[in-house]
Amino acid sequence: MVDTGRVADTGGAVESGEVTGSGELARSGRVVDGLRVYRMISAMWIRSTMAYRASFLMTTLGNFTATALDFVAIMLMFSRVDALGGYTLPQVAFLYGLSSTAFGLADLLLGSMEKLGRRVRDGTLDTLLVRPAPVLAQMAADQFGLRRLGRITQGVMVLGYGLATVDIDWTALKLLLMPVMILSGAGIFGAVFIAGAAFQFVAKDASEVQNAFTYGGTTMLQYPPTVFATELVRGVTFVFPLAFVNWLPATYVLGVPLPLGLPAWVAFLSPLVAVGCCALAGLAWRAGLRTYQSTGN
Amino acid sequence: MGSGRLYLAVAAGGFRRYATYRAATAAGVFTNTVFGLILVYTYTALWDEKPHLGGYDLAQAVTYVWIGQSLFKTLANGGGGVESELMERIRTGDIAIDLYRPADLQLWWLAADLGRAGFELLGRGVIPFVFGALVFDLALPTDVSSWVAFLGAVLLAMLVSFGIRYLVALSAFWLLDGTGVAQMVMFVGWFCSGMILPLNVFPGTLGEVVRALPWSSLLQAPADVLMGHADPLGTYAFQAMWAVVLLAAGRMVQRAATRRVVVQGG
Repeated sequence: MVDTGRVADTGGAVESGEVTGSGELARSGRVVDGLRVYRMISAMWIRSTMAYRASFLMTTLGNFTATALDFVAIMLMFSRVDALGGYTLPQVAFLYGLSSTAFGLADLLLGSMEKLGRRVRDGTLDTLLVRPAPVLAQMAADQFGLRRLGRITQGVMVLGYGLATVDIDWTALKLLLMPVMILSGAGIFGAVFIAGAAFQFVAKDASEVQNAFTYGGTTMLQYPPTVFATELVRGVTFVFPLAFVNWLPATYVLGVPLPLGLPAWVAFLSPLVAVGCCALAGLAWRAGLRTYQSTGN
Repeated sequence: MGSGRLYLAVAAGGFRRYATYRAATAAGVFTNTVFGLILVYTYTALWDEKPHLGGYDLAQAVTYVWIGQSLFKTLANGGGGVESELMERIRTGDIAIDLYRPADLQLWWLAADLGRAGFELLGRGVIPFVFGALVFDLALPTDVSSWVAFLGAVLLAMLVSFGIRYLVALSAFWLLDGTGVAQMVMFVGWFCSGMILPLNVFPGTLGEVVRALPWSSLLQAPADVLMGHADPLGTYAFQAMWAVVLLAAGRMVQRAATRRVVVQGG
């Protein structure tokens, strides 16, 4: 209910801006339009967040602490053992940092999508539908949480620690693979957020299923693939391709064998997998939006 | 007598309210099961390297995982109980209405939270636990008394959990937007309750400190009672001590806070 008030503000900001009237143009430049809407709404949310600066600092720090604590737990494990599934602490830190940074980026950009179910339930999604701007962009930018930088900061720090301590024979190709991995990983997680939101059009209050794939996915990827049962690794490689976020490309950088006896070139497929996932998620989103029937207001 | 019935009704209301979100409950069961699986595999890798870590054998470590997943929502180790609603009422000023009710504020919310916890235990706790017991080798007691002792520890844990979250919610009287505090306390609680790693695995002084904090009542205590790792009476005394301290602190803060409401004029 409080949201509605805030949403009204959002509406004001959007409608008084340059977006008005761009509905006709939307057919031709939907992506550009979407990005502009996204930028405007998120900027508005950043301004509003900054109104409660102390709370912003605390939530960002909270975000940082939360994610930092699960790495502390991993460090505690390594205070008792030298290796986990044959991976050393620096190697696990490397996997962790990659997964956490990629997930953090996706969460920053699209994390608000998980609130879709609530909007369907309380009818406030209708407000977004009548506006002359792409719903996906409005939904993703809604309540844009700059505090999520806390998670990215932590991921980058762990990645930095991993890179500083891990033993890698650097080549140009391995260096190039680093940003490619992070961006593809963010793309794959982003697709999960969008597909999860699409699912919420059907299962209105089951948003928590999404957590199993988003938070559960990133938690799983923070540990070496050798820890998990083969069927589980197979599942996140072929059915639900989260393994392409870090497990598979990282094996090439670390110089360890790929899981499941996969050929070496599979380590370079991440960008393709990310594009494929995003395309599928986009289709799912459209299908979901088409099935949407307002609950009434 | 009469007021006892009132709080019972409030608790029943809390139970029923959470029971209406069926799809959400099913989704939660699914998510807890997935997280349980991930943890089981990491623990297995850990205990393969170091059998009898923290005094647990592998079966006990795996049992600990499923107890954690079953109690996660019940005890709100990571937050998520009536406190979010209470904070919202404080923020909007609706709390003034609650203060006019002929009921005690703390008891009212405690009853609502116990109703919620009761539902989460039955609705969300049982299935992941049964799944874990069917798929993995768990170290479960066969005598009824251990299970009864376990439920006693869970009940006391509910009181400790509420005691912590009530204090968090009351901070909204001073901060208006208490999300930051709530978030931080919840994450610390998540770590210190042993959701990621059993507290008996924590090394040295850190281990001693986390085991002395109230959050150890929320997962470590009931788990150890069920697995016969801790003496129930000693555990109860520890949990009850924290429950009394936290609830009393909540009462004091509540008194200071309500005075503030009167000053502000609601």
